[in-house]
Amino acid sequence: MKCADKKFCLFFMLSLFTVFLSVFLVSCGPQAQNKGQVKSIKVWHWMSDREGAFLELAKRYEIETGVKVNFELYAPSDAYTQKVRAAAQTNTLPDIFGILGEKRDFASFVKSGYVYDLTEDMDGENGAWKNKLFAKALGVNEFEQANNFGVKPGIYGVPIDVTNIQMLYNKDLLQAVGSDPSNPPKTWKDLIEINRKLKAKGVQGLVSGWGEIWMIDCLASNYAFNIMGKDKVLATIRGEVSYKDPDWIKVFDLFREMRDEGLLASGIVTMVNKTAEQLFANNRAAFAFNGSWCVNVYKGMNPNLNYGAMLPPQASDKYPMVIWGGAGSSFMVNKQSKDIREAVNFLKWITDTKQQVYLSKETQNLPSNKYSLKDIPMVLSQFAGAMDNTTHPSIWGASEFPMVIETFDKGIQSIIIGEKTPEQLAADIQAVKEREMAKKQ
Amino acid sequence: MKAKEIFKNYLFVLPAVLVFSIFYIYPFYKVFTLSLCQWDGIARFDFAKNFIGLRNFFELFQDKIWWFAMLQAGYITLIALTFQNALALMLALACDRDIKGGNIYRVIFYLPPVLSEVVVGLVWRWIYDGNYGLLNYWLQQIGLSNLVTDWLSNPKTALTCVAVIHCWKGFGWGFIIFLAGLQTIPRQLYEAAKVDGASSWQLFKSVTMPLMVPVFILVSILTVLGTMQVFVLILSMTGGGPGYHTEVPVTRILASMVGSSRFGYACSQGIMFGAVLLAVSFIQIKLSKYMKQA
Repeated sequence: MKCADKKFCLFFMLSLFTVFLSVFLVSCGPQAQNKGQVKSIKVWHWMSDREGAFLELAKRYEIETGVKVNFELYAPSDAYTQKVRAAAQTNTLPDIFGILGEKRDFASFVKSGYVYDLTEDMDGENGAWKNKLFAKALGVNEFEQANNFGVKPGIYGVPIDVTNIQMLYNKDLLQAVGSDPSNPPKTWKDLIEINRKLKAKGVQGLVSGWGEIWMIDCLASNYAFNIMGKDKVLATIRGEVSYKDPDWIKVFDLFREMRDEGLLASGIVTMVNKTAEQLFANNRAAFAFNGSWCVNVYKGMNPNLNYGAMLPPQASDKYPMVIWGGAGSSFMVNKQSKDIREAVNFLKWITDTKQQVYLSKETQNLPSNKYSLKDIPMVLSQFAGAMDNTTHPSIWGASEFPMVIETFDKGIQSIIIGEKTPEQLAADIQAVKEREMAKKQ
Repeated sequence: MKAKEIFKNYLFVLPAVLVFSIFYIYPFYKVFTLSLCQWDGIARFDFAKNFIGLRNFFELFQDKIWWFAMLQAGYITLIALTFQNALALMLALACDRDIKGGNIYRVIFYLPPVLSEVVVGLVWRWIYDGNYGLLNYWLQQIGLSNLVTDWLSNPKTALTCVAVIHCWKGFGWGFIIFLAGLQTIPRQLYEAAKVDGASSWQLFKSVTMPLMVPVFILVSILTVLGTMQVFVLILSMTGGGPGYHTEVPVTRILASMVGSSRFGYACSQGIMFGAVLLAVSFIQIKLSKYMKQA
């Protein structure tokens, strides 16, 4: 090799190395902010169905206040969850973000100093902001005194909308089998009876996305509250009551009965909710178990669908029927943001009545502001009417071990496919519970 | 002078070493470190505070669902190794001959591997659907109504259904590699054998098979590695259900990481899974050396 070639190669390699190192270091460093620019805040979210409405609201906010709000959509929700966690580790969270996951994940974010405590803002002006919002929706974002997570008590998030999960019934199909569509089944017995008539006519009973196992958990805990009451459910979570208790076996037995009575739609155990929604929207099933977001979905799939919302029929008259509900989606303020005030102001603005009416109208979701319920569709108002019956694991103050939840939900799938009896499942869950509790000690 | 030369040589490989270290060595080191910790992926990571030694690995050895998932991945791999590769070989043998429209067949057979796995999963979920699936419809049309079932919700059929689609999607890779292997065999060998009166079977057994051994080994290693890591198809077709009947190691890792927020445990699952795959590959390489010598 000639000397000149050697020098060139050396120079080339050194240049390459320098460029590589510079790019690496620059990309690892914090993003610079240009001075003199319009004040702006960044919001990360995962709600692809609300992106259009958010962008419109951002435009309106900029006109009103001069503050630019940059909404950045990261979907699907799994990818979003990972992005937020990774950003937390690298201190690159935006000014406003949402946390997807269970209450313990939320608690971990708060304890690690990623989430700003909004209590003072909520309580300011005699609680003007707080009082506008549905208390149950706010509760999901709240940590109470002496909570099990060891989080300083306070409100750490703002609900943007509200949701609850109920049963839907197809009025036309009920009428076709001689049932009064204005009087849907209120008890378990009524449900089974109507299902027998539907079955005789070849109509499927209940459809739901039970391939997404949290929905099984949701219905099962509705019935657990109905059969044994809140205190006993929470005592079970705390490990004071066994899952082998007869009341829990009664809960599991409902799923056995649903299977034996042919109430469940074909393939329900691996069905995703989108498929379940298609079946219900196309009049292929008389009942659905779904959240209030379904109103928008059904409207898109079949605008003429004639249906109503109802509480799941009671299996016991000992305790009231309780459904999962509360905050649909919530936003949190980054504690390390340089624009905490701007972020809080924007959240106050977006949860104000006018903006909430707009969001509700555009996205067909229940507003988190209780004064924005005007002009919502009939079915949505039925969902809103059930807000008093809502509960959510996030406000129970105790949380079950993830492995127990998985065994519980997968086990109910096993009952539905005829692999396990309610008693076997109860024993399995209790065994996992004891193992997890032993691990914790 | 010599030291300067050595320095220059190292300078040349420095970018590659840097890239390799940053994108391979460091992540592996990080995963290994995390596998020794109890961490939820959210709280600030503190090795000293989170360190739990080998506890994750001890728990993993006792995790029945994990080993059941491993077994199920093994079942899909077995089907892929046999049926998928047999189909790939048969089609490669057919296309190796000078048949009319050979290139069209090659394109058709190579189509499934280039399709998105999510799309394939969703399309086949629709075909298998118990309510309005095409498969049940066809079965009814041809008078086989007794076979109609919820293919993906039935624990007896779910895993095999996923395995069949995995094979359908994957046979194109094997086909291309087998075809390339077949085309490297000198034609004179076949002609000489034919002159000696060899039948088609004898040609295959005594000429094709021995010369294709390295290709068989390569395809089987790729099949094992690819199939054991099957994930997207499962997620889009069954989500691991019904119950645990279509769970595979990668879905369990995801469940630990996202579902339970147990990053440390998920990392130990990843390390264990990697070790199993490494062991299988090592055995296959040893086997290939033995077969070549034989």
